[in-house]
Amino acid sequence: MSPVISQEDIYRALEQVMDPEIPVLSVIDLGMITDVEVTGPGSAHIKMVPTFAACPAISYIKDNIRTVVENTLGIAVTVEIDKQVHWESNRMTAAAKEKLKNFGIAPPQAVEGEMQPEIMLNTPCPHCGSEHTYLRSPFGSTLCRAIHYCKSCGQVFEQFKPLE
Amino acid sequence: MINNAALTDLIVKMADDELIQGHRNSEWTGLGPVMEEDIAFSSMAQDKIGHAWALYRILHENLEGEDPDRFAFVRPESAFKCSHLVELPNGAYDFSLIRHFLFDHAETVRYESLRDSSFEPFQQLSKKLKGELKYHTLHANAFIMQLSRANEESYARMQTALNETIALAAGIFEPAAIYEDILIDEKIYPGEKELYHRWLDRIYPILVKASLNLPDMDSITPEFGGRKGFHTTHLGPLLKEMGEVFNLDTEASW
Repeated sequence: MSPVISQEDIYRALEQVMDPEIPVLSVIDLGMITDVEVTGPGSAHIKMVPTFAACPAISYIKDNIRTVVENTLGIAVTVEIDKQVHWESNRMTAAAKEKLKNFGIAPPQAVEGEMQPEIMLNTPCPHCGSEHTYLRSPFGSTLCRAIHYCKSCGQVFEQFKPLE
Repeated sequence: MINNAALTDLIVKMADDELIQGHRNSEWTGLGPVMEEDIAFSSMAQDKIGHAWALYRILHENLEGEDPDRFAFVRPESAFKCSHLVELPNGAYDFSLIRHFLFDHAETVRYESLRDSSFEPFQQLSKKLKGELKYHTLHANAFIMQLSRANEESYARMQTALNETIALAAGIFEPAAIYEDILIDEKIYPGEKELYHRWLDRIYPILVKASLNLPDMDSITPEFGGRKGFHTTHLGPLLKEMGEVFNLDTEASW
């Protein structure tokens, strides 16, 4: 007999699918899931969006979503890239920003209206909290990160870039 | 009803610019003057090749085009429609930076214009790329400013690089041979002439801030030809190198 699965079960299962580059954040935290549909007694369809257009991890994340949900709930899952929705950093949850900071990466500032990259200029240091920092490069170790320097504690730190 | 041949022509030239410029940017990996620059050019390379991929995919999915990998790697040189600007080797850092500055602002005005395109996949793509391109131009502007203000030598080198690159950059805006009016009439995009003026309006104030002189644009002859399949001697060897691994086994699943 196929299990009776609700949308909520699927969202809960998705909380276990972590970003391969930032393993403390799930695809839910990141706001990558745009739609979950239970398509039958033993099947579901999930829609997702990549953070950056050229994100190299996207196929990996897509496969992970399918296998984790399939294995957790014992159902057949299809995953599709949602072309109608585009990811912006405001999709990230408040809890995610806290987790990110604790992980040592400064979270993106909230973007209001048209994004000016200058909002990155005053990014608090995730290590000591100082606002005495400067943007060293808008590009970091992954597409979604920038490099900053903290003049108070002397540490280089990364930030998840704001994106509209 | 959108004219598919005209649309394909536009997409191919945009995508080929992205692919070739992306490949040139990737050649800075491991060679940047400081580590942040190494990382920046590598990241921008990744973005640009991603943009090329997104465009080749639009061709594939919406216009009965070939598989993106095959289209990128097994076409003959004459089928490429990239501008001469992106084909040139990286040269010294001043040239690479000026090219990055001129190309990325051109790219930005182009994608911004596509927000209002009558071709729906362009609207989606332009929304997606808008935020990313802001980081590219932020980076370009910051370095143009820093090097122009650093000392006499760096200022002179930036001005020389600008003088030597501007005709190539103007070549980005080569109108399509037979499709230009159709594309404008069908509101696919505003046309190269319009984009060229928007681009000049965009780069001029930054050059002024950096105290760099924009050459007299009426006196330069844009380097056209790329959009029609005529290329510099640099493209052939680059394509050979780019496709080397794919062409070892074109049927393999990568």
